[in-house]
Amino acid sequence: MAVDTKLPYDKSYIEQFSSERNEPAWMKELRINALEQAESLELPKPDKTKIGNWNFTRFKHVATGETISSLTDLPAEIQDFFDVENLPENIVIQRNHSVAFAQLNEELKNKGVIFTDIFTALKEHEELVKRYYMKDAVSVDEHKLTALHAALMNGGVFVYVPKNVQIEEPLQAVFWQEDPEVALVNHVLVVAEENSELTYVENYISNNKEEATVANIVTEVIAQDNAKISFGAVDNFAAGTTTYVNRRGVGYRHATIDWALGQMNDGNTVSENVTHLIGDGSVSNANAVTVGRGKQIQNFTAKIAQWGKNSDAQILQRGVMKESATTIFNAIGKIEHGATGANNEQTSRVLMLSEKARGDANPILLIEEDDVTAGHAASVGRVDPMQLYYLMSRGITQEEAERLVIHGFLDPVVAQLPIAAVKKQLKQVIERKVN
Amino acid sequence: MAGSTLEIKNLHVEIEGKEILKGVDLTIKGGEFHAIMGPNGTGKSTLASAIMGHPKYEITEGSVLLNGEDVLEMEVDERARAGLFLAMQYPSEISGVTTSDFLRSAINARREEGDEIPLMKFIKDLDKDLDYLEIDQSMATRYLNEGFSGGEKKRNEILQLMQIKPDIAILDEIDSGLDIDALKVVSKGINKMRGENFGCLIITHYQRLLNYITPDFVHVMMQGRVVKSGGPELAHRLEAEGYDWIKEELGIEDETVGQNA
Repeated sequence: MAVDTKLPYDKSYIEQFSSERNEPAWMKELRINALEQAESLELPKPDKTKIGNWNFTRFKHVATGETISSLTDLPAEIQDFFDVENLPENIVIQRNHSVAFAQLNEELKNKGVIFTDIFTALKEHEELVKRYYMKDAVSVDEHKLTALHAALMNGGVFVYVPKNVQIEEPLQAVFWQEDPEVALVNHVLVVAEENSELTYVENYISNNKEEATVANIVTEVIAQDNAKISFGAVDNFAAGTTTYVNRRGVGYRHATIDWALGQMNDGNTVSENVTHLIGDGSVSNANAVTVGRGKQIQNFTAKIAQWGKNSDAQILQRGVMKESATTIFNAIGKIEHGATGANNEQTSRVLMLSEKARGDANPILLIEEDDVTAGHAASVGRVDPMQLYYLMSRGITQEEAERLVIHGFLDPVVAQLPIAAVKKQLKQVIERKVN
Repeated sequence: MAGSTLEIKNLHVEIEGKEILKGVDLTIKGGEFHAIMGPNGTGKSTLASAIMGHPKYEITEGSVLLNGEDVLEMEVDERARAGLFLAMQYPSEISGVTTSDFLRSAINARREEGDEIPLMKFIKDLDKDLDYLEIDQSMATRYLNEGFSGGEKKRNEILQLMQIKPDIAILDEIDSGLDIDALKVVSKGINKMRGENFGCLIITHYQRLLNYITPDFVHVMMQGRVVKSGGPELAHRLEAEGYDWIKEELGIEDETVGQNA
């Protein structure tokens, strides 16, 4: 069966969409050029997963969402993302494609910190957005999905932390796809200027078990010299959403970008998390965890490419597979020529809970420099019966023993999530998916 | 009735088709400390594992009863909740699960839903036992047995014993690999359990543990059977004279399981 890959939206639609939002001319132009490229570019080719039949192109593009006056007006499943007793000071809640709620601490505003939705940022901070939007991290023309993203971007946030500003309180974004049919083409742009520091955590959620739609997410994270970015995420799209998520970091001299990604989608997912360590002494720790269930197919690539001397890269992937789920983990370490003293370590582990589940862990090291250190470990295995015996010999039921082993297996990644409430919420999602 | 009774009758056990235990009889009552001694390879650890329900061991004959209930019909976790405990020679490492979370799960497994141990009481009790066993408080938040030294694993087993408070405990070579200071601390923990509601089976092939824990009964295993039983004086004689005199008495040349008398 031939798959209809004809794009659902044309140039005039995009012009109108852009005009309605009073976008700057360059943005409109970027969208229109991207649409042209999307027609001819191929889909990406994630290693070992065929996505040619996946629906990335047919979807409803726009829906608005009502604003709320207080965080406590949100439904319980959204309130799970924060501590209701101690409400977050810095938060943006996007409901479908509207901002339902946004606030930022006054002190941070006065220091020049920007944390706002992408459309407001295009109006109020046009030059900054223009400087970074699909320039240094992700390019429009990488493949059909990046081009489609650029053409149809319909949500997202912009985070900007000026030079020498260190933020202790986390910034949190919640992307709530309330409408079960609408696609989320979300763009997150995080820029940390020299010697700045921030923690950003995002949550994606939808409930479309039956209705088919698409999430096409591009995240660009730029850490200038000596900047430190801690990036956390919990993705929780329902089974009906086919997801492409591309989170990319660029680190300059002595910059640090740490990722903690809880990838808990129930639908088919292609996830790329690529970090370029450009500067000497730059560091990245890429941690990701997933639970696959049902018949979902997922492909996760974590790649860290190192140009900087003495740069350090650590990839840690953990996955639990149940029922008939299929997951491919690709961990790629690339050390470029000239990156002397670089270190790259990667570990991918998959725990299989069913005979029908499939898991594959592919560690790849591509090294073009002699004076480096690198190592990798990968394993695909089952729950160790000796562990269950040991736990059960203390009176713990088999079910509870398995639960402990599974949570324990995922804990090294879960523990990295920077906000306690989000960590707790991720544990709840894991609990739901595992049991 | 004071305490529980564990009765092992004519127990035969195989592993991978090879018979290791060839008819063990032993009764342990609340308030009693029993020691099983014997050289390596005579079936002591097999006895411990078979009673607890280790998946690799197959019972081919005989019975194990706890207060008259058939233990062999129970799942491993049911045996534990019925009152049995095994301090293992090689405890598993459980990555990602802290000692504290694990202990709380084990304690709550014995309580009804809605009647879980209050967190503050749990922490207080745990701190007390950690101190008693001279274990650093940090162990509570370390992943269970992961990266523990041999001595730390043994202390952790005794910590679990003290926290879970079983009716009948089997300690499988709890003394192996311990230096003298650690041995004293571990013994102190075991002795603290003494009482009419606690029975204990200590498996060892060194007499030195019994310098710190005085058994009421001493049994010697050879060729997969209990070949001699006596009081604490038997352990002293074994230390002084070794096992050869028993072999001579029984006409045994090789005491290990592979050989039939």
